[in-house]
Amino acid sequence: MEETSAQQAHVHAPPEGFLRKYVFSLDHKVIGKQYYALALLAVSMGMALSWLMRFHLVWPTTRIPGLELISKAGAPGGIITPEYYLSLLTMHGTLMVFFVLTNAPFAAFGNFFLPIQIGAEDMAFPRFNMMSFWTTLAAFLVLILAFVIPDGPPISGWTSYAPLSAVGKDAGPGMGWGMNLWAISIAIFCIGSLLGALNFIATTLDLRAKGMTLMRMPICTWAWFITSCIALLAFAVLLPACILLILDRTAGTSFFIPSGLVVSDRLQPHSGGSPLLWQHLFWFFGHPEVYIAILPSMGIVSHILINSMRKPLLSARVIIYSMMSIGFLSWMVWGHHMFVSGMNPFSSLLFSFPTLTITIPATIMTMIWMGSLYGANIRINAASLFALGFISMFVSGGVSGFFLAQPSIDIVLHATYFVVGHFHMVMGVASIFGVFAGTYFWFGKMTGRMMNETLGQLHFWLTFIGTYCIFMPFHYLGLVGNVRRYSAFVNDYTGPLLPLHKFITIAALCTGAAQLIFIFNLIYSRYKGAPAPENPWNGTTLEWSIPSPPPWNNFGGKHPVIYHDPYQYDVKGSKGDYIMQDSPEPSAG
Amino acid sequence: MGKLFAVVLVIIALASAYPIVTHMYVMPEDISTHGHQIDEQLSDTMAEAGISFLLAQFVLAFFVWTFAERKIGAKLKNFPGGAKVMVAAAFILVGTEVLALGVFGQRAWANVYFTPPRPDALQIQAQAGQFAFYFRYPGADGKFGAIHPDKIDEGNQNYFGLDPANEIESRDDIVSAELAIPVNREIHLMMHAKDVGHSFYVRELRIQQDFVPGLDLSVHFTATKTGRYEIVCTQLCGLGHYNMKAYLNVMAQDDFEKWMKQKASEL
Repeated sequence: MEETSAQQAHVHAPPEGFLRKYVFSLDHKVIGKQYYALALLAVSMGMALSWLMRFHLVWPTTRIPGLELISKAGAPGGIITPEYYLSLLTMHGTLMVFFVLTNAPFAAFGNFFLPIQIGAEDMAFPRFNMMSFWTTLAAFLVLILAFVIPDGPPISGWTSYAPLSAVGKDAGPGMGWGMNLWAISIAIFCIGSLLGALNFIATTLDLRAKGMTLMRMPICTWAWFITSCIALLAFAVLLPACILLILDRTAGTSFFIPSGLVVSDRLQPHSGGSPLLWQHLFWFFGHPEVYIAILPSMGIVSHILINSMRKPLLSARVIIYSMMSIGFLSWMVWGHHMFVSGMNPFSSLLFSFPTLTITIPATIMTMIWMGSLYGANIRINAASLFALGFISMFVSGGVSGFFLAQPSIDIVLHATYFVVGHFHMVMGVASIFGVFAGTYFWFGKMTGRMMNETLGQLHFWLTFIGTYCIFMPFHYLGLVGNVRRYSAFVNDYTGPLLPLHKFITIAALCTGAAQLIFIFNLIYSRYKGAPAPENPWNGTTLEWSIPSPPPWNNFGGKHPVIYHDPYQYDVKGSKGDYIMQDSPEPSAG
Repeated sequence: MGKLFAVVLVIIALASAYPIVTHMYVMPEDISTHGHQIDEQLSDTMAEAGISFLLAQFVLAFFVWTFAERKIGAKLKNFPGGAKVMVAAAFILVGTEVLALGVFGQRAWANVYFTPPRPDALQIQAQAGQFAFYFRYPGADGKFGAIHPDKIDEGNQNYFGLDPANEIESRDDIVSAELAIPVNREIHLMMHAKDVGHSFYVRELRIQQDFVPGLDLSVHFTATKTGRYEIVCTQLCGLGHYNMKAYLNVMAQDDFEKWMKQKASEL
């Protein structure tokens, strides 16, 4: 086959030695697993932080044994202080959004499967790829460092609104070096993500196997590709924003700080900056970030649903175009985070319409998924259950968007638990369901051993019911006007809501505990699971045409040739009801 | 297992809708002249979103119930009309919904933000700082004294940084930790942030507006019912954020005048 220069350029020798094979690996599969492991570590920490927050909210005076060892100042005697609550909240949000929701569905699975699904031996730039991971790891370590320094982690939330985040240690505990570390960590993270996104785009455009036209790429490859395009633009804005924030904090500039501020009885030596500038820059990244988290899961879920239904979607093209429209619209809606921020009220109307319009491609996708279930023969297993659960969660999290997209309703629901419920369901839970589905589906390919199906299904039921029990009541709290980011409810008004808060906390602790089943299953199956065959799910795409786990160069030096659209199911093939993408046998239609 | 999924999903959907349908959790009663439009918009949206939510979950449950784990080799078929029907339906149903919500929703927003305050509205300045609100009334001269950030001295209760020694306007300014207002009279609240971002949220007034350092923002509203209501900060402002609150005291006109006199005599 004809090889492009890009293909020749990236080929690297088989890895030798422990370090090259498992640590500083250039292999996209190892890097994918490294991202997955990092996301797993980050999600465990993020979840533990949420337990502490939920516990503190409803049992504020109950001692948490051992917590004082982690932070003497933050939890003296094992009781969380208001400022430490905000530190936990900031770190929870930052870990989850950046190191889990960006890393797991996009960087981890994308790295492992994108090159394989397009028939490439590796990423276009393997060294950049290794650098992306190690840069991301460095960002993680810098962030975590905030837990151990005397100043403690920052308290300004994952959105780090200026001037609270910009004026330095006068703003409160954690706002000295803790905040510096946050800004440096996120700047480094942006560099890693930019490198990753460039690599994904170059790989998709340049390294496709012969016959792999763009429309023959699997839907999840499309999702990773579109996500890369979004990430390239989004992180390119957050990076300079973080640099400006660091300059304001350390070099005496005033990008985000106006004159005349008196913080902690000290007149601040700044003038001329705009706090709204930070909000604009942050949300210009922040809203597309939501789609960076959810689009890969949409792709993964589509991929798994098709395999489980044993028939193609009603239209893969419509799904791809919908994902593109969502990606495009995601650039025009950032202002809906700022309806009550003091931004010109006319711009609220301008931001409201595209926000409401995103509902249309999102509904089209949901209807295509559900309409495709009609007349199928759905196999039920842990992977497909999580994929179906994703649809349910996506709808539940999506409909609350109707409320928040309208500036008039946002006046009463802004900054309440309604918002917390909305984004946790749609961006957090739905996206993580995609990751769970992907894990149960691809674990065999990634490790050579299958995950335990019984444990997987048990995990699904507990998680599905548990997450609804946690996040649906958040909406009710918001409808009453319960404000978020409060470390304690000290007034009479929120008193009657305490039983509901207790219910949420208990549900969160139980659902969190259920995740131990998943962790156990991962570790147990990695070593004791049944050996994975090459194609355990009778799939059609290229990852199922190579051994489990794949050799270092994926296709053993061969160059696959593609003859079909990715999802030839419900046809008469030589192996059953499907035809592989690289099989030369004629497809039915 | 597919049937179990369907049953669990229906139970979850019904259980989720129950507290909404029975109005278990609702905003406290509206006491503003503009709030009913927001409430109507909220309940219209709740109806549309609620129906979409239930319909989608029920259809998902029904399809999984019917089409999961059929016999091996069962004949597969496609939804009549295929993707075109789905796309058209989504455009028509959601498009109409979006347009309706978008267009009608603007009225409530416009009422709050696009109508200027009446010329005779009572002007009050609100200042938010870590972690308290203070309110200032212009006094008999109807003018606010200038703010001098360098003169802010909380120990001496000079919260706004006034300079009464040199400026006549600030001598009769009344400063209060409580927002006392007369009922049925429009209030023009001018918002000033002392240090970092804060927000002014009164649930019963259906008003929420951020304080942004360096920006002169204002809101205007009319309260229609006397009583004492909580003002809370909704913009994360530091360690005392959870405890940053004040009270709105809506009084009868006579009581308000008495209150003003009392405050003025304390100067």
